[in-house]
Amino acid sequence: MADIDIKKSENLKEQVMDKYPSKVLKKRSKQVVVKNTDPEQRIQANVRTVPGIITQRGCCYAGCKGVVLGPTRDIINITHGPIGCGFYSWLTRRNQTKPETPDGANYMQYCFSTDMQDQNIVFGGEKLLREAIQEAYDIFHPSAIAIFSTCPVGLIGDDIHAIAKEMKEKFGDCNVFGFSCEGYKGVSQSAGHHIANNQIFKHVVGTSENGRKGKFKINLLGEYNIGGDAFVIENLLERCGITLVSTFSGNSSIEHFAACHTADLNCIMCHRSINYVAEMLDTKYGIPWIKINFIGAKASAKSLRKIAAYFEDEELTKRVEEVIAEEMVGVDSVLEEIRPKTEGKSAMLFVGGSRAHHYQELFKELGMKILAAGYEFGHRDDYEGRRALSTIKLDADTRNIEELKVEPDPEQYNPRKTEEEKAALKEKGLEFSEYEGMWPDMPEGTFIIDDISQHETEKLIKELKPDLFCAGIKEKYAIQKMGVPMKQLHSYDYGGPFAGFAGAINWYREIDRTVNSKVWQLVGAPWEGTGKLHGSFIKKVLVEEEK
Amino acid sequence: MLLRHTPAEVAERKALTINPAKTCQPIGAMYASFGIHGCLPHSHGSQGCCAYHRSTLTRHYKEPVMASTSSFTEGASVFGGQSNLIAALNTIFTVYNPDVVAVHTTCLSETIGDDVTQIKKKAFDDGKIPEGKRIVNVSTPSYVGSHVTGFAGMCAAIAKEFCVPTEEKTDQINLIPGWVEPADMRELKRLMKEMNVPMVMYPDTSGVLDTPMTGEHDMFPKGGTTIEQLETTGSSFHTFALGKFGSEDAAREIQRIAKTPFDVMDLPIGIRATDRFLMKVSEITGMPVPDSITDERGRAVDLIADMQQYFSGKKVALFGDPDQLFALTEFLLDIDMKPVHIVSGTPGKYFSQKMSEIIDDEVPTANYRNGSRADTFLLHQWIKNEPVDLLIGNSYGKYIARDEDIPFVRMGFPIVDRIGHQYFPTVGYSGAIRIAENILNALMDRQDRDAPEERFELVM
Repeated sequence: MADIDIKKSENLKEQVMDKYPSKVLKKRSKQVVVKNTDPEQRIQANVRTVPGIITQRGCCYAGCKGVVLGPTRDIINITHGPIGCGFYSWLTRRNQTKPETPDGANYMQYCFSTDMQDQNIVFGGEKLLREAIQEAYDIFHPSAIAIFSTCPVGLIGDDIHAIAKEMKEKFGDCNVFGFSCEGYKGVSQSAGHHIANNQIFKHVVGTSENGRKGKFKINLLGEYNIGGDAFVIENLLERCGITLVSTFSGNSSIEHFAACHTADLNCIMCHRSINYVAEMLDTKYGIPWIKINFIGAKASAKSLRKIAAYFEDEELTKRVEEVIAEEMVGVDSVLEEIRPKTEGKSAMLFVGGSRAHHYQELFKELGMKILAAGYEFGHRDDYEGRRALSTIKLDADTRNIEELKVEPDPEQYNPRKTEEEKAALKEKGLEFSEYEGMWPDMPEGTFIIDDISQHETEKLIKELKPDLFCAGIKEKYAIQKMGVPMKQLHSYDYGGPFAGFAGAINWYREIDRTVNSKVWQLVGAPWEGTGKLHGSFIKKVLVEEEK
Repeated sequence: MLLRHTPAEVAERKALTINPAKTCQPIGAMYASFGIHGCLPHSHGSQGCCAYHRSTLTRHYKEPVMASTSSFTEGASVFGGQSNLIAALNTIFTVYNPDVVAVHTTCLSETIGDDVTQIKKKAFDDGKIPEGKRIVNVSTPSYVGSHVTGFAGMCAAIAKEFCVPTEEKTDQINLIPGWVEPADMRELKRLMKEMNVPMVMYPDTSGVLDTPMTGEHDMFPKGGTTIEQLETTGSSFHTFALGKFGSEDAAREIQRIAKTPFDVMDLPIGIRATDRFLMKVSEITGMPVPDSITDERGRAVDLIADMQQYFSGKKVALFGDPDQLFALTEFLLDIDMKPVHIVSGTPGKYFSQKMSEIIDDEVPTANYRNGSRADTFLLHQWIKNEPVDLLIGNSYGKYIARDEDIPFVRMGFPIVDRIGHQYFPTVGYSGAIRIAENILNALMDRQDRDAPEERFELVM
């Protein structure tokens, strides 16, 4: 690992940028930032990707159908479009789910598509969609059917929302709603998150009063149960006596969403993908939100304490402390064993809209240094914190995404805390509607890079030689070919869970396994580069060849 | 049960596809592009298409899969993708410097009517493309055909771009291998070398999607058919296209350009399809099949004879792509197995016609279907109505296999939960041995698992 400081990193940035055509250079320069001492330092984010640059990013549909709605088990998600989009988003994100009963509704293993053909593109696909919804209803009798538009649907103008409304009325016992999440909308998956938030809020939230009952009721927002993370968190909360009304959307059921307005606190994990719902729940129902993070043992403890602080209940506080103490025994003993093997090693993280920040907690616990980090689809507030919100200029790509107008509900608006109570809690260190982003956690001289390209990735690895690189499946094997271990932070390389205390322990062992694997010592054959040929047989051959 | 909502009763569906046995054209075009040396595939559409195709191919190969995209936004979708594509080409050649960019379209760029051939011409005319660089392009709307037709389209487009016709033909054949794995392409090259048949094979993904760990990432690995080799396809005296669905278009394109005659053969999977292929090559080239290959064949037949009791009469359900299914079904019948349910999402009337010739006499009750709504949901329902002893298909089959407790052999695309398909061929006689081995392992592991203690066998 190379040492880094601001000047060296600025030089390296110049070298990386050097390869780009001038227009690209101008743009990328604003998205590749060396953290310095300027408190007003900014990054450009959530802007269009340069065509041809080899980006990590996906599309709006992926963010909507794949990310936010993917983990909900009892909605039949019909992709309206040609077959590909539905096929590629079929079971590939590892959202685990566990229905409450063995025969409970669970459509996660199914892929539903209208498989549009050319005649549907020419003559319209509405009839096809209507029939597909009917067939899904007739075969499965689900409680909800969702429709996701792919690129051509938006272009040919199929009115999926009118069809959804019509079918919902026709069935009577099945909620049907649509998402206009065509792939070309926005600049990344992020637009799809927003669209998903909006439609769930419009069509599902507040439609049921049968939420789980309890004294301390929360919603967990932006937790997708990759590799079983949600199961760990659910268990922790239960042991503390905290009732989880709904999770958006790991291990979730549509019933949970419908009753989420009955909770008294919203806890945001992934700020990027879900802050819209939190904001709307606050405005409409008076449920405040706080930022929490269950990635990292210390962060998990801190998050539980924040929740306890909010409810201001002595018994809860005591229970939370007991659970933390119980969990930390295991954490400390494993850390003691692993940390000497990871201390001083370095990592880079380029992923998601929150993981590149959250996972820094786990690296800190292992004594590892972060050299560079950035998001695939974050906005400036995910980097700089929500203080950046007032200075974000809305461009055309963002303006095209609907911003729901939400007002306090005339009957159900019930501020869980008064402004005075909130202010008092703030005094004690509990911030509401606040996220500071990754900025404060990034040391000076490190790189903060938005929407990193393949070229930048390879150059940084070559020059800074990290011990570990974290990103997604598309990046994984190119990085490993360079002899650098790579950990996927979308799919966890089919491992996990990594949330909570149990997850932290898994992570420590996983990173030890990854960076200290003996396989890296086998890279390169022992005879390569020696330049010497030995043995009498070889000499004979060489003499023959010379003749 | 993971697929707990799948009822045994089959209701005809007219509109809803459930658990497809196909995906879309562009990914096939992308895969074929990797068979050209020094080529960067480019997806002209939304970012998501490229991300999805790269992810799927990466999971299948566990290898770098580098490709770029035109990154369409709403604006590009309204005003057309010309400026995106030209900007992309500029970025690509400046930053990554491939010899060839292989552009395929998507449902988005096709629906708005982008004319890539025209855009490409403009890019060359305006001097936007560096000297000596080449661009292949193919139209692959996702609402037509399947991943297989996208592969075939790109193979034809490669011929269109590179094939240089000559009057004089040389002692070389063209071999279009079809959508097979890098290991299969390696094996086909070995077989032709063994027969001393000079040839150019394309696409050739060996050495591209199975590269060694070296400590370096080479964006354009050693493998792939070179431009020089591709240009000679027009002077070859004959073309062999393996697999009608995957390769015929390319053979026709070469014939159109260079008047090169061609034969469309079945994929050489199993004994008899390999026999036919080698004999045809021998007949056309005059090169005999050497003893070494005869011995390989003998070993494969020997294994099947030795283990015949385990194959005999076992019912099989299979799904995948037509070219593979034809040859595989024939092979299963040859080893005394009984294919009873077969689906492929890839459309084309030829499927039923050909499948009928292969299977109707031997298994008159067999179910087979392809095209729209010929999906694995239907296959699963058929299995519920007539259970099978073995399931063969891509990784998605594991859900059916688990629910119905059926031994499962992975073949096809994508295989995202096992390795082996990258490294061991299924074509040729050695491929037949591997398929037989995989089937036997699945069936015999099951027999061991289920045997009562008193009937548990050491020697099998």
